[in-house]
Amino acid sequence: MTAPDVRLGALREKYATEIDAILARYPEDQRRSAVMPLLYLAQHQYGYLSPAALQEVATILGLSSTQVGSLVGFYTLYHDRPAGQVRMQICTDLPCALRGAEAFAQSVCQNLGIRLGETTADGLITVEEVTCLAGCDRAPMFQVQDSTGIHYRESQTVESAMAWTEEVRRTYGRS
Amino acid sequence: MSDGEVRLTIDGRPVSVPGGTLIVDAAKRAGIDIPVFCYHPKMAPVGMCRMCLVEIGRPARDRVTGEVPLDSDGKPVLFYNVKLETACTTPVGEGWNVRVASEKALAGRKEVVEFLLTSHPLDCPICDKGGECPLQNLTMGHGPGKSRFVYDDKFHLDKRVPLGDLIVLDRERCIQCARCVRFQEEIAGDAVIGFYERGRQWEIVTFSEPGFDSYFSGNTTDICPVGALTTADFRFGARPWELNTAASICPHCPVGCNLTLNTRREAESGGREIIKRVMPRQNEAVNETWICDKGRFAHHFASSPTRLQRPLVRREGNLVEATWEEALSAAAEGLRSAGPGLRGIAGGRLSNEDLFAFRRTVEAVGGQAVLDTQMGGGDITRRFGLGRLGDLGQLGPGDAILVVATDLHEEAPIWWLRIKLAAERGAALVVANARSTRTDDFARHRVRYDYGQAVETVLGLAGATGMKDRSARADRDQAAGSALSHAGELVVFFGSEGLDYAGSTALAEACAALLVGTGHAGKPQSGLIGVWPSANDQGAWDMGLRPPADGILEYLRQAKAGYIAAADPLGDDPTLRPVIDALDFLVVHELFLTATAELADVVFPAQSFIEREGSLTSGEGRVQRYYPAVPPLGEARPDWWIAASLGARLGGKAAPVSAAAGMDEIASSVPAYAGVTYRALAEVHEQWPLVGGDDLYFGGTAYANRQGLGVKLASDVESGGAAEAPWPATTAPAPGAGLLLVPVLRLYDRGTTVLPSKLLETCRASHQIELNPEDATALHLADGGRVQIEWDGRVETCAAAVSSAVPVGAALVLRSSGLTLRTPARARLRAASGGTRP
Amino acid sequence: MAAAEHILLRHRDIPDFDRLDTYLAHGGFEALKTTVTSKSPPDVIEIVKASGLRGRGGAGFPTGVKWSFLTPDVFPRYVVVNADESEPGTFKDREIMEHNPFQLLEGVALCAFAARASTAYIYCRGEFWDLAAALGAHIAELRGRGFLGRKLFGTDFSLEIFVHLGAGAYICGEETALLESLEGKLGQPRLRPPFPAAKGLYGQPTVVNNVETLANLPPILARGADWYRSIGTKDSPGTKVFSLSGNVARPGNYELPLGTPFRTLIFDHGGGVPGGRKIKAILPAGASAPILVATEEVLDTPMDYESLPKVGSMLGSASIIVIDDSVDIFWVALKTTRFFKHESCGKCTPCREGTYWMLHLLERLHDGTPADAGQVDLLQAVARGIEGKCLCPLGEFSIMPVTSGIERFRADFAAHEASGQ
Repeated sequence: MTAPDVRLGALREKYATEIDAILARYPEDQRRSAVMPLLYLAQHQYGYLSPAALQEVATILGLSSTQVGSLVGFYTLYHDRPAGQVRMQICTDLPCALRGAEAFAQSVCQNLGIRLGETTADGLITVEEVTCLAGCDRAPMFQVQDSTGIHYRESQTVESAMAWTEEVRRTYGRS
Repeated sequence: MSDGEVRLTIDGRPVSVPGGTLIVDAAKRAGIDIPVFCYHPKMAPVGMCRMCLVEIGRPARDRVTGEVPLDSDGKPVLFYNVKLETACTTPVGEGWNVRVASEKALAGRKEVVEFLLTSHPLDCPICDKGGECPLQNLTMGHGPGKSRFVYDDKFHLDKRVPLGDLIVLDRERCIQCARCVRFQEEIAGDAVIGFYERGRQWEIVTFSEPGFDSYFSGNTTDICPVGALTTADFRFGARPWELNTAASICPHCPVGCNLTLNTRREAESGGREIIKRVMPRQNEAVNETWICDKGRFAHHFASSPTRLQRPLVRREGNLVEATWEEALSAAAEGLRSAGPGLRGIAGGRLSNEDLFAFRRTVEAVGGQAVLDTQMGGGDITRRFGLGRLGDLGQLGPGDAILVVATDLHEEAPIWWLRIKLAAERGAALVVANARSTRTDDFARHRVRYDYGQAVETVLGLAGATGMKDRSARADRDQAAGSALSHAGELVVFFGSEGLDYAGSTALAEACAALLVGTGHAGKPQSGLIGVWPSANDQGAWDMGLRPPADGILEYLRQAKAGYIAAADPLGDDPTLRPVIDALDFLVVHELFLTATAELADVVFPAQSFIEREGSLTSGEGRVQRYYPAVPPLGEARPDWWIAASLGARLGGKAAPVSAAAGMDEIASSVPAYAGVTYRALAEVHEQWPLVGGDDLYFGGTAYANRQGLGVKLASDVESGGAAEAPWPATTAPAPGAGLLLVPVLRLYDRGTTVLPSKLLETCRASHQIELNPEDATALHLADGGRVQIEWDGRVETCAAAVSSAVPVGAALVLRSSGLTLRTPARARLRAASGGTRP
Repeated sequence: MAAAEHILLRHRDIPDFDRLDTYLAHGGFEALKTTVTSKSPPDVIEIVKASGLRGRGGAGFPTGVKWSFLTPDVFPRYVVVNADESEPGTFKDREIMEHNPFQLLEGVALCAFAARASTAYIYCRGEFWDLAAALGAHIAELRGRGFLGRKLFGTDFSLEIFVHLGAGAYICGEETALLESLEGKLGQPRLRPPFPAAKGLYGQPTVVNNVETLANLPPILARGADWYRSIGTKDSPGTKVFSLSGNVARPGNYELPLGTPFRTLIFDHGGGVPGGRKIKAILPAGASAPILVATEEVLDTPMDYESLPKVGSMLGSASIIVIDDSVDIFWVALKTTRFFKHESCGKCTPCREGTYWMLHLLERLHDGTPADAGQVDLLQAVARGIEGKCLCPLGEFSIMPVTSGIERFRADFAAHEASGQ
């Protein structure tokens, strides 16, 4: 694994095609609309949204870094600080909770030796509680947010979840 | 939008207002205060705080027949919504009945206050806002006596979060009304503060570098309805009820923002009364309820301990303290002997009364007096200036504004703000300059020219309107020219960027020609505005002073004796040293012992603007009066008194007894000022929005104007003067090889009236020149590297900043920032040691 | 009882329905082609009005009427698809987009034609990352096959559809907050009026419709308003995808005619409450409606827009959460309040401070923190203080589980008050 490229401008160099494609979706005088897709790009590039990353997105769109930065706090899928390589986000909202999601989350944490919101000692997995993910009929369930995007894992048991954490360890464990 | 008058009833009071008026404003006009936190009459309504909840009854209408059923009294039956409604977002309707003080509305607002207080710290006893706090006042008026929220469970947040050098946030006091965020976005055009998180965690943040990077940031503390935003200047400085107030006019730029100075005796200053804070005073035709941060924070010079306090007389080579009598007689003697060889220089920060007296004194012995500036055209602005009814706030669709050779954001921020708003209302803004500035951001047409081509550019715009001398540029600037010629009202701002005296004079003439050619000369809301380097340059021209045509050096070469007030020519240009040394005698009045004053034979301590009365004439041609706020410092006297007392000793008239009497003399000898009296300057009329009453929640803590809106002078053309503009001589760029050094202004400079404000230290323009990357590469210069500059026989070294905003072939020199340069000059640059690329 | 014909969940009857060729083989895009080549936009609006189709996002507003509010003669106009499905217990739009994407996309095209819009955005909640990618690929395929792009079917109708991902904010399901978010701002509700039909995306006239609503359009245009009206009830025509979750044996989506009673959904389709438990309560619209006591009367109530208010609740997005008799309704209120407090955008005072205060009271009761008597009454009073004062429905919804819970399940709350003394 290589360290994230945090040079200012890396985004524009590395994702020139993607950025152009994103900008093309919106009217020319409404580039601000592209801020959320660009924040995802930056987050995938840098792992989280640092002030420098915000400035980079702001520069691309001609916005103030504050206009860009305030979105990071508002939307839960953006992160302003580094955490585990993989975020395991367990839904414990009412419908899932009725089907044992809270106990599921507790067991997963116990097995990982952490509390909700914490990251495993190896820095790989951060376990978080989230609100409804529209997977209520397949509870317990969680989503995985990593550098490839966001993926659902549904109809889980503690065993299947732990098997997945092992898989994560195998994938990310060696750099 | 006026859909005609709408009649309604608010708490039993019949009200008639133009259609489209919001209920909250309609009530205000009728003398009924509907409580608000988020609503501000200068910003679009958002309905966030829900404090303005009222009951609204609307005439019921039969859905089938469309008829309005009547009750037994023959009045329409009113239908009341089950829910309370926000008065700040609802425009009035015909025949409505609004209940502000009903039981239901009161109960609703009581709940809103209780909600706000669940997380507010209630630390009023230590809060700067306490005493003038909307939340405090509305809690007393509308809140519950006791909160049902468990006080110990309140969560606590940071109480000292510096958003930048100037503004401090107390997070737990914030009630999330977003007034500050909206002000920065809607009015200031600097979206540099915003919200982070959401819900109960919602908090103000800035991500700009430096933090809260805006020239208007201080205004957010005025409109903040709680003590969440405070200025670093006033924070924990005083309680509002301890403050004395005095009306004033900002001395920093030609906008002439109306101020209220809040003062208090201060132990730190030995019990002297000093300025605790500078606040905006409402003048809707000038600054509305806003001021820039320079006006708000660069006041410390007036209270500086290094101010001159006693007259100084040169004895045995040294300046030593003397009595006024000694100093005046020494000065009179020295000046009298110079006779026609006396050369006076006055600065444009002096009042009209000062300048008038100064000129008369110099002329009493047959000498000459000039204004210390390189910008010409003040006689042209007198003739073609902004008309009697001129008000940038009234410009809108169909009108046009031309801004040429100036960076308004740096030179006159409130003009910048107001033309931004005019452009957003629909006025066509044309910006012509040699480089991009922030005025371009909202321009409809941007016209770029090379330094030296300003006059041709304006003539080109004029040519595009079908006037004579159609130039080659005309076609290119057709659209811009057409916007100007078709405008209902046309206001032209001209500055002196890249121009010397002759150039700026020619530019003023070209602008006048444009106004004449497009038929706007003499229209009551149109005209020409000079973006002068000093606050009262227009007044100085009106008082008969103008810059020396051949420059200060040539001017002083002919002098036997010098008389200098509020100017520091030597500080501005060290090469003047020999001619100043050669003077037989030099008299200076000043605030500080400047480089020039140090060489004087007599130095008089002058009062600063906060200690005295006076009047200034703004760039828009509005004469405005300022008042004494604190007792004089030491033995300092007003400049007009010093000049007139000297004049009396030199055989002139006796000194006037007061500034007001000085104005009477002006009014009787300067035609444009006929009829201007201190009494007239103090007249006020009601302004909208109503601010400064007990209801601080409506307009914020900006002060109501009770001390005078000033007198807007008519232009000569408007008063019947000839509307024929002199045709300008076009000017060529300064000849010679090398880069063109261009002095430009940054708001926070290092001038004597700014430097004493330590608060502005980190935002001050640094000692550097700015270059285009192309030129920097050719010179092997890196950003931040040292560069040696050689021009007019001078050699200086400073840092180079590389920026693509600088035109190729030019090097921008920040005025009053260390490198002294008054007019554009050709220079040879080379990388100094440490300046080359690695 | 036999399930009605699937109109929206057709993929359950037809394998590989998420493949364009399969969709085309079953008449896909014929409704669009016929409509675009032979009908005018006002014709389409009239047909949709006549069908009685009501918005499936929760408000149940008549779709054709909503379209008819578009400011005349102002262009460009936009269609924005609300695919921010975030109501707890709701997962119907997700299934439609995952398995029947082309029917949605054809519906979007029909809507755009009716609205005279040439650009449509599908605002997907950010968590639907994989789904959105697949949707993007389907759109590209449609473009390649000439069903999207310029001058469709040789007419002047052009359309581009773009997928836009949100990033985790329930409030963006509110249509004006969604538009703000799509414009790159904080997703916070706007003042209304003006409504999106007058000033929507970028200040232009805009139609905002839910995924399920739009998926109804191809069958309506293909088979006519009368056919559609033959399904469901008089005031709530058509089928509805009911998301069934909570304490039921077979949670999942069930497409049934509007007006189907709760009992049929929960017991016949959902297999009833497992573990020998009894049904105690029903949340008929996720967290955003009053909790119903599962009485015989309620179980026999038809699930449609007009019947639910009669028993003291709302149909909303029809996400039915079943609660069995082991569950403490106080805990349900705690969960929903925690949700709303987390999702409150912060813009208006009653919601921002009120949800926080309600949660504070609930947590104190839950933790048994000593307090004065009357904490449940105080909770009720705080909830009533929020009521009717909020800028958008979120705050108004936030109190419903609390107020209905206290009114209808007082004992569950009183128990916590007693233990806290």
